[in-house]
Amino acid sequence: MLEIKNLHARIAEDGTEIIRGLNLTVKAGEIAAIMGPNGSGKSTLSYILSGRQDYEVTEGDILYNGESILELDPAERASKGIFLAFQYPLEIPGVATMQFLKVAMNEQRKARGEAELTTPDFIRRVKEAADKLKIDQAMLRRPLNVGFSGGEKKRAEILQMALLEPKLCILDETDSGLDIDALKIVADGVNALKSPDRATIVITHYQRLLDYIVPDTVHVLYKGQIIRSGDKALALELEENGYADIIGEAA
Amino acid sequence: MNMQTTSRLTAAETALVEAFGAQIGELPGNGAVIGTRDRLLDDLKKSGLPTRRIEAWHYTDLKNLLRVLPDAATVSAIDPAAPLVEGSKVLSILQGTADAKAAVDGVEIALFRDRLADGLAAAGLTALDKDDAIGRINGSFVRDGYAITVPANTELDAPIELQALHGAGQVHTRFPVSFGAASKATIIERHRSVAEGSALVSSISDIALEDGADITWIILQQQAAEDTHLGQIRVKLGTDAKLRLFVINAGGKLVRQELRIDVAGEGAELTLRGVNLLGAESHTDVTLVLGHNVPNTNSTEIIRNVVFDRANGVFQGMIRVAPDAQKTDAKMSCNTLLLTDDGGFSAKPELEIFADDVVCGHGATVADIESSHLFYLMARGVPENKARAMLVNAFVAEIVEELEEEKLVEALEGVISAWLEKHA
Repeated sequence: MLEIKNLHARIAEDGTEIIRGLNLTVKAGEIAAIMGPNGSGKSTLSYILSGRQDYEVTEGDILYNGESILELDPAERASKGIFLAFQYPLEIPGVATMQFLKVAMNEQRKARGEAELTTPDFIRRVKEAADKLKIDQAMLRRPLNVGFSGGEKKRAEILQMALLEPKLCILDETDSGLDIDALKIVADGVNALKSPDRATIVITHYQRLLDYIVPDTVHVLYKGQIIRSGDKALALELEENGYADIIGEAA
Repeated sequence: MNMQTTSRLTAAETALVEAFGAQIGELPGNGAVIGTRDRLLDDLKKSGLPTRRIEAWHYTDLKNLLRVLPDAATVSAIDPAAPLVEGSKVLSILQGTADAKAAVDGVEIALFRDRLADGLAAAGLTALDKDDAIGRINGSFVRDGYAITVPANTELDAPIELQALHGAGQVHTRFPVSFGAASKATIIERHRSVAEGSALVSSISDIALEDGADITWIILQQQAAEDTHLGQIRVKLGTDAKLRLFVINAGGKLVRQELRIDVAGEGAELTLRGVNLLGAESHTDVTLVLGHNVPNTNSTEIIRNVVFDRANGVFQGMIRVAPDAQKTDAKMSCNTLLLTDDGGFSAKPELEIFADDVVCGHGATVADIESSHLFYLMARGVPENKARAMLVNAFVAEIVEELEEEKLVEALEGVISAWLEKHA
């Protein structure tokens, strides 16, 4: 589903290279965890996959279902099924949450040539998905993410993911700032979306989240490259020994 | 020394003087009113329209911007429009003429032309100061409007809409409104062009809130693309009075909205919000002169501007805190989304504080759309142009949402999104 080949990317503004020859393949149905120390390029990778313009790809390619997506803007990538759950979901005052959800869902449908949702159908879908994630209706009446707690923001991200039904989900440090109860709710939400035609990339710093979202593959990212890949045992090894050994081996 | 001379009148100034001459005997008013009109016009003639050398008009050089006056065109009959908010009581002023049959239960309403005729209006017709060009123009030429008194302890269950509709030509209106003690009301002052051709509109609302009155006053300016709109609101707040004043500019070619506010009663509270939607080659100036003149009052002022095309905007915000106005709390901000390289916005906040125990602050920002916000919306599949429109809308809608009346919020959001759809 996703094939990243020898990817090099830098910050557009100052030219700092962050991703330095990264290779990664994620298959449909797979849950891939990307782990690595701070500053290794994890969040940058998530932004590059979703098309943020602050980064420039200088070499290599990203193939999604066999096609390069480098020329597509974030909205085009989203309508093809790529979804990023943000590490820090932004507060956007003045944009009503429900209106935003409706526009996003319908714009994606339009881009795919599907009929727009009727209002009752839309409301029903939101209500069902929100109930599963224990999201209060009052929260949905507020402007997008405004005044939400850290945990509410993360749940709102998963709500968007559930409603937009993406094919490639990228979760950027979704566990940060969550207590154990919120973490379970979020993990349940993610697991509920697991399906043979959907892939998920879980970016995380700690093994903790992977107790709840069990990965098929684990990749260690360091200085913009995958320096080690394995199965979930690798995550446990990292938890016990830290990154130092693996980084030492790679160096 | 005043270097301006009376012999060099511009075409527009000459036209004003001639128009006055042509209307002698026709403009309503008793002897006192005629005398006042004559003095105002004479002052106008002597000083001319203000230029950038007058500080209060520095960013809006009226002499240069108002070059020609529209002809007093004959306008075919204008019909009242549906109110902005369903269920409002509409007081219409069509091409500058008020409706003799207008009535609202529980409210005293007089025609301003009758107040001119009987001379009751004479005292209020004066200019506020030597630079008050709007006061002079309006006082010279005003023909009609409504004088409204909301009695004490009256709570109006529906908004009153002052619906000023016009076509081409000149329109000069006035609305003295007195809100009795502990009264509660929402007034929507709506200026709108409904026909082709350019117009010169001047309008002054002169409002007094008695002790404990709780009032929402909306000014919605939707003039045509070639119109000049000179608006002024004079406000006096009594003890514990509360005023929410919302000014929305969504039209006009040359617009000046003056807000002259006297916070004169302890415990009074002013909430001023402004939304300026600026497009094409328009010039729009909102000028606030706010006096906190007694102790223990507070105010907040937030102005949000969106600039497209070759439009220019101005906000001058002067807050004066009188020497004994201790414990004044005033906060002013002016934020602009500049969405063009060819337009501009000038913000000039000023604080003159003569008391020593006050909290006053101001801030001004000019920015483009936040790129991280744009990315967030696009990452959810919203195409760039639509995402931009949502964010521009959000920037001003946030202000409107502060109004608690749901129908009013909806109606104003409708006005804003319709404007943005047309201009963005």
